[in-house]
Amino acid sequence: MPIVELNNVWKTYRMGHLLLHALQGANLILEAGDMIAIMGPSGSGKSTLLNLLGCLDRPTLGAYKLGGRDVSTLDDDELSEVRASHIGFIFQSYNLIPQLNVVENIEIPLYYKGVSERESYERAVHLARRVGLGERLRHVPTELSGGERQRVGIARALANSPLIVLADEPTGNLDTATGRQILDMLYELNQEGVTLVVVTHDPNVAATAHRTYNMADGRLDISNS
Amino acid sequence: MIGFQLKRTLKIGVKSLWLHKLRSMLTVLGITFGVCSVIAMLAIGAGASEEAQAQLKKLGRDNIIIQSVKPPENQRASQEQSRLLQYGLTYTDLDVISGTVPGVIRTVPTRQVRTSIFRRSHRMDTSIVGTTPEYLPVTKSTILEGRFLTPLDMQTKSNVCVLGRHAQEVLFPLEDAIGQVISRSKLRFRVVGVMTSLQRGKFGAQEMAADPNSEVYIPFSTMKRYFGANNIYNSSGTFSAERVELHEIIVATRSPEHVRPAERVIRHILKTLHDKEDYQIIVPLQLLIQARHTEFIFKVVLGSIAAISLLVGGIGIMNISLATVMERTREIGIRRAMGAKKRHIVFQFLIETLLLALFGGVMGIGLGVILPAIVQRTAGMQTSVTLWSLMMAFGISAAVGLIFGIYPAYRAANMDPIEALRHE
Repeated sequence: MPIVELNNVWKTYRMGHLLLHALQGANLILEAGDMIAIMGPSGSGKSTLLNLLGCLDRPTLGAYKLGGRDVSTLDDDELSEVRASHIGFIFQSYNLIPQLNVVENIEIPLYYKGVSERESYERAVHLARRVGLGERLRHVPTELSGGERQRVGIARALANSPLIVLADEPTGNLDTATGRQILDMLYELNQEGVTLVVVTHDPNVAATAHRTYNMADGRLDISNS
Repeated sequence: MIGFQLKRTLKIGVKSLWLHKLRSMLTVLGITFGVCSVIAMLAIGAGASEEAQAQLKKLGRDNIIIQSVKPPENQRASQEQSRLLQYGLTYTDLDVISGTVPGVIRTVPTRQVRTSIFRRSHRMDTSIVGTTPEYLPVTKSTILEGRFLTPLDMQTKSNVCVLGRHAQEVLFPLEDAIGQVISRSKLRFRVVGVMTSLQRGKFGAQEMAADPNSEVYIPFSTMKRYFGANNIYNSSGTFSAERVELHEIIVATRSPEHVRPAERVIRHILKTLHDKEDYQIIVPLQLLIQARHTEFIFKVVLGSIAAISLLVGGIGIMNISLATVMERTREIGIRRAMGAKKRHIVFQFLIETLLLALFGGVMGIGLGVILPAIVQRTAGMQTSVTLWSLMMAFGISAAVGLIFGIYPAYRAANMDPIEALRHE
């Protein structure tokens, strides 16, 4: 059974009298352990697709099955629950909460998943060590370098053992060397079985992925290259 | 199940507030002053009313007190030549009142002479008060040791006296007073009793409003025998003489219901018997009603001030909360993406405003306890901070935090998570 199944998904925004089709019949199937890259110019609908996949939004038309469950008609609270349990997000600008330290940032999804304080603390520490931040558990984001921040972001995305991890330009704010490290880390995670969707401009990232999709004018096509 | 983990939410709240210490402090000042004024108001109000009611109870609800008053200068001018200033209540007044006013069960006359009393080397400047045995029940005083004046003392015009508590302490600091002798010039009085210390308050007649605890009580008949009706005072080098037969008449009625009719009759009698206003009538019952009314107005005024400052404080909290929500839009987006439900966000922000308000409330309680203490020290007003008012203040600040926190929290929760994540 595929983990992600998008079937002819449309997302339409109404801007005054104008209808804007951000997604026009997108189809996508992901199996567990897949790693795909999505490329495309800005405005092509990548973000919309990612928001849909991340259950931050609902499709206007079409079905989205996550782990076999149709999530395209869930209400706000149910979507929140799905995000808390099954989705991991990695952002270009890290999106760490500035007043929380490394461990506390990693703990956020566990908190909303309802994991006990002790258990979530242990898991967060474990993940921090795994991404190489064992020495920085009590540091706040401003005390970390960009690469370290993104590693906190990765650890946080893994905290709830999600079905898929969605990464939006994970190396976009990093220099080449650091970007490479982050990419290696993502690759390693994928090797360990984490299903990854990476939106990127970076050909290196695309080269690492199993498949690359091109997005243009709300249409999603598998890349031949 | 909601699954709010209260302890962790609280921890996050404290942390966020701690991050902006100065802002949090300033935000809660309104609440602090509001709560402080609520508590101080209640404390001062309660203190004042306790004080007034205690005093008035001492005077007696079913009593009417008539006092001699020195008439104002202009009314006295005609008498200037006579040198002897005559005014005040007379024996006739006493007889007429006790004989004719319905509802009156007792009338107690008093007459005072200001003088110095000696006991060996101890000297005390005080007043000798001549009165009757009924003075004790009518003023609701009690005897600490020995006895009060008796009808027999009255008949025999004996030289006995009862000391106020303070007089006893001054004249007999080390020995037992009962059976001892005190003297005033050539007069000697045997001490037969000591009164319990009492608070009689400020409603006594002006010039003789000495502390009743320092007075020396002797039988009225004895007073008449030795002191006559003339008082001679030496004020700034010139002698002045006054003739005052009675300084005070305490009229005890059967019950509080008899007070008003009796008062009307007394007023009428005194108006006919006196050609000038050289007396005043004090009705403790009326004073009590007045005191309650004043207290009520006081409470309304202070209460409105407190309500306004709480309102302003609440708006301050709401204002800052809205700013905070805007400032933390990104955080809200992150939390929503990580699986926070709307109610988690509401709860988080509500907890923060609640914490702020309670913090302000606690500071206000602190100030509200200190302020009445300062008032008590400096202004001499009695105050009393009740546990009840503290609990109410705490409740009010919690309510303010909740009410003014709801809207910002609601705004926060209803942000679109996608927009919020994009927010710079």
